[in-house]
Amino acid sequence: MLQLNVNGQHHELDIDPDTPLLWALRDHLHLYGTKYGCGIGLCGSCTVHIDERAVRACLVTVADASGKAVTTIEGLAPDSNPVQQAWEAFQVPQCGYCQPGMIMASVALLRDKPSPTDADIDAAITNICRCGTYNRVRQAIHAAATGKKEAAGD
Amino acid sequence: MTDAFRLTRRAFLVRSTAAGAGLLLGFHLPARRKLAAAPVAGADAGRPVEVNAWIEIHADDSVLIRVARSEMGQGIFTALPMLVAEELDCDWSRVRAEYASANENRRRDNVYRSMSTGGSRSVRDSQDYLRMAGAAARELLIGAAANRWEVPAEECRAADSVITHIPTGRTLRFGAVAAAAAQRKLPELVFLKEPDEWHLLGTPVRRLDVPDKIAGKPVFGADVNLPGMLHAAIRACPVFGGRLKRHDAAAIARRRGVVQVVALDNAVAVVAESWWQAQQALLALPVEWDEAGNGAVADADIRASLETGLAADNAVVMAEHGKPDSALQSSARQIEATFYAPYLAHATMEPMTCTAAVRKDGRVEVWVPTQNASASLGAAARAAGVDPLLVEVHNTQLGGGFGRRGTSQDFTEQAVRIAKQVGRPVKLLWSREEDTQHDFYRPASMARLTAAVNDKGHLTSLHVRVAAPSILTSLGMKAEDGSDPIALQGLADTFYAVPNLRTDYVLRTLHVPVGFWRSVNHSQNAYFREHFIDQVARETGQDPYRFRLGLLEEAPKQRAVLQACADKAGWDKPLPENTFRGIAVETSYGSHCAQVVEIRVGNDGTFRLLRVVCAIDPGYVVNPDTIAAQVESAVTYGLTAALFGDITIRNGRVQQGNFNDYPMLTLRQMPVVETHIVASGDFWGGMGEPPLPPLAPALCNALYAATGKPVHSLPLSAHGLRPA
Repeated sequence: MLQLNVNGQHHELDIDPDTPLLWALRDHLHLYGTKYGCGIGLCGSCTVHIDERAVRACLVTVADASGKAVTTIEGLAPDSNPVQQAWEAFQVPQCGYCQPGMIMASVALLRDKPSPTDADIDAAITNICRCGTYNRVRQAIHAAATGKKEAAGD
Repeated sequence: MTDAFRLTRRAFLVRSTAAGAGLLLGFHLPARRKLAAAPVAGADAGRPVEVNAWIEIHADDSVLIRVARSEMGQGIFTALPMLVAEELDCDWSRVRAEYASANENRRRDNVYRSMSTGGSRSVRDSQDYLRMAGAAARELLIGAAANRWEVPAEECRAADSVITHIPTGRTLRFGAVAAAAAQRKLPELVFLKEPDEWHLLGTPVRRLDVPDKIAGKPVFGADVNLPGMLHAAIRACPVFGGRLKRHDAAAIARRRGVVQVVALDNAVAVVAESWWQAQQALLALPVEWDEAGNGAVADADIRASLETGLAADNAVVMAEHGKPDSALQSSARQIEATFYAPYLAHATMEPMTCTAAVRKDGRVEVWVPTQNASASLGAAARAAGVDPLLVEVHNTQLGGGFGRRGTSQDFTEQAVRIAKQVGRPVKLLWSREEDTQHDFYRPASMARLTAAVNDKGHLTSLHVRVAAPSILTSLGMKAEDGSDPIALQGLADTFYAVPNLRTDYVLRTLHVPVGFWRSVNHSQNAYFREHFIDQVARETGQDPYRFRLGLLEEAPKQRAVLQACADKAGWDKPLPENTFRGIAVETSYGSHCAQVVEIRVGNDGTFRLLRVVCAIDPGYVVNPDTIAAQVESAVTYGLTAALFGDITIRNGRVQQGNFNDYPMLTLRQMPVVETHIVASGDFWGGMGEPPLPPLAPALCNALYAATGKPVHSLPLSAHGLRPA
């Protein structure tokens, strides 16, 4: 039995320890906010936090994640999280598929760097979005950093 | 006051017979659901009341508006309800949206009309019947209130879900009269507001789908979870047109979680307890393919076929006026260039997926992210071999569409075939590699453009020859004469005033399946034409912007967006060192769009994308913030394609598989995007696609300005031109 702590909840899983965390979350714990996009760590749709650092859940085995604190999009509080609030203010999502990964990457960035520069954002947000939300992602991160809740000119 | 208010409106005559209403109103109000048809007690019991097929009013005044097209990021889950709500005069803050059911559409005589989501048609093709549905419901509600007060309906007005009797100031909430309204006869006459009476349309209201999307709540196709569900991973023959020859199911049968191996005609699927188990077993499954004679096809063969088409003498003339040949021969100057645009995959963030359950009694259910629920329904019925009335389609959220999830429902058919063999619900999910290698690609195509220019620098003649596979032929809509009415989008119907013109097309039949890719043939055709226009301008010593203006004297809408774009971009202002710009314009899917791309060139051949200035005229504006988002979206999608997009063929198969070899634009590379809406307000244009076609040529024109060399093939990365 593998022990897994996700969003403060303790789980025991009888699965192959090599199973990527992504698939343990989705197919075994039915936490579907963490998305599959590429399976090789490039797109970031599966970004979650392990011990408060952003990781790509498709590249981490469930054995590696065992004993650590895993946080998924479902573990955030959208009504109070400044990143999610900024996402709402700037109307960031389009199709929305990559957005949980974008949000998780951004929350981790702001934990590391409370006032990130554009260069910090460039370096940290390597997630792929096919709809083209990049500029709003950047704006929303800056807004979340400054605590600004309203889009400029809104 | 009320009469004056009404007189400014356009009247639509509506006959009260059902058939007449169907024709004239543009929507049916057929037999209402039993729920809604229940007597007035329905409202008293707190049950929702269906006023018509699009609108359900709840006792608490909240309004549910049904959406028959698919939300795939483009914002129609908000825009289409806005069209209804504007006329309904309901309280927008209490509006919810849900998908209309494809099955209801079938059972209720096509009440929701087209459910296809493509061609940037959602708003422009349904705005009339959606607004009329809202207006008709409003009149029914007002009629019910007037009836209760025993006053003439003309003395009542609706606003924010409240009906007011103007002379006495009495009010009734929508929820209080909805049940009575649903029982009333359709009005003889409904009025639509004039645009200057709109209070909701044209405003940047927040999207209805955003709260769920920031919380990870929406159920995309890949997120469907059914009791007893199994997971399938699939591999189709990597060579298009090939078949499954043999596979060794026994080799993986003992792997943990594996339940069954399912052979299809051209594919093999592994069904397991989890998708990871299925996919790992699939990778280990020994498979042999019958490559159907296509196993040696390479890119060189495809290019040779296209080149043969450029020289062929059996071209189908798609548009011709004047005397293009003699004008060419007698011209002071001839300029000719040959272009190539590659195959492109859609690369939706969510790979193809569908969940299916095939019951023993023949009933079939599918849960699918689809751009066309009706097409999914048909595909499922075909695959299961049952009557379409036995099929239930559940629309899920779409992780992108871009044309991939509409006409071609291969993933739906596969899921149904697998589920039928397994006898339990199965969720089929393609790997990214499968998705990249089994697309319906934007056609690879070549074009040769020949221009004649007189001694005053005027373009006097233009010949455009395109050699390309046909999307319509590939999808089974074959034209006998080798023509394709959409192959020369943006070329045969060009808005430039050229006195002598010929555009002709040579169909090439290749084994790679092609399909509708965001903006379809406009995407490569605008690149051919707009980059060539710059070449003609520059080779004859003219400013590319003013050269275009000279060709647009009879095209005021295109001229207006081009001028607005050039003005906003500061076309005549000098640029900083190493900074260059390019401009392009295109009309597609009912809207006009011009873009200026600004780049800064480094010493190492790389360049920085600084900004894209976009001027767009979609006619009427539903939601300006959605328009800005769609411009940002099309710029991103178009940049990815122009910079990197290159699906190549070797040994009959696609060589790319994942984002390592089919790369995507990233946040770091994204330019600033400025959107200027130049709404001329006398037509309804599309938004999902029109901002895409000008991007590639505007970028190529900026690079041309920087290097002095035109770029005659895409992607730019193949020329060593890369963003920093």
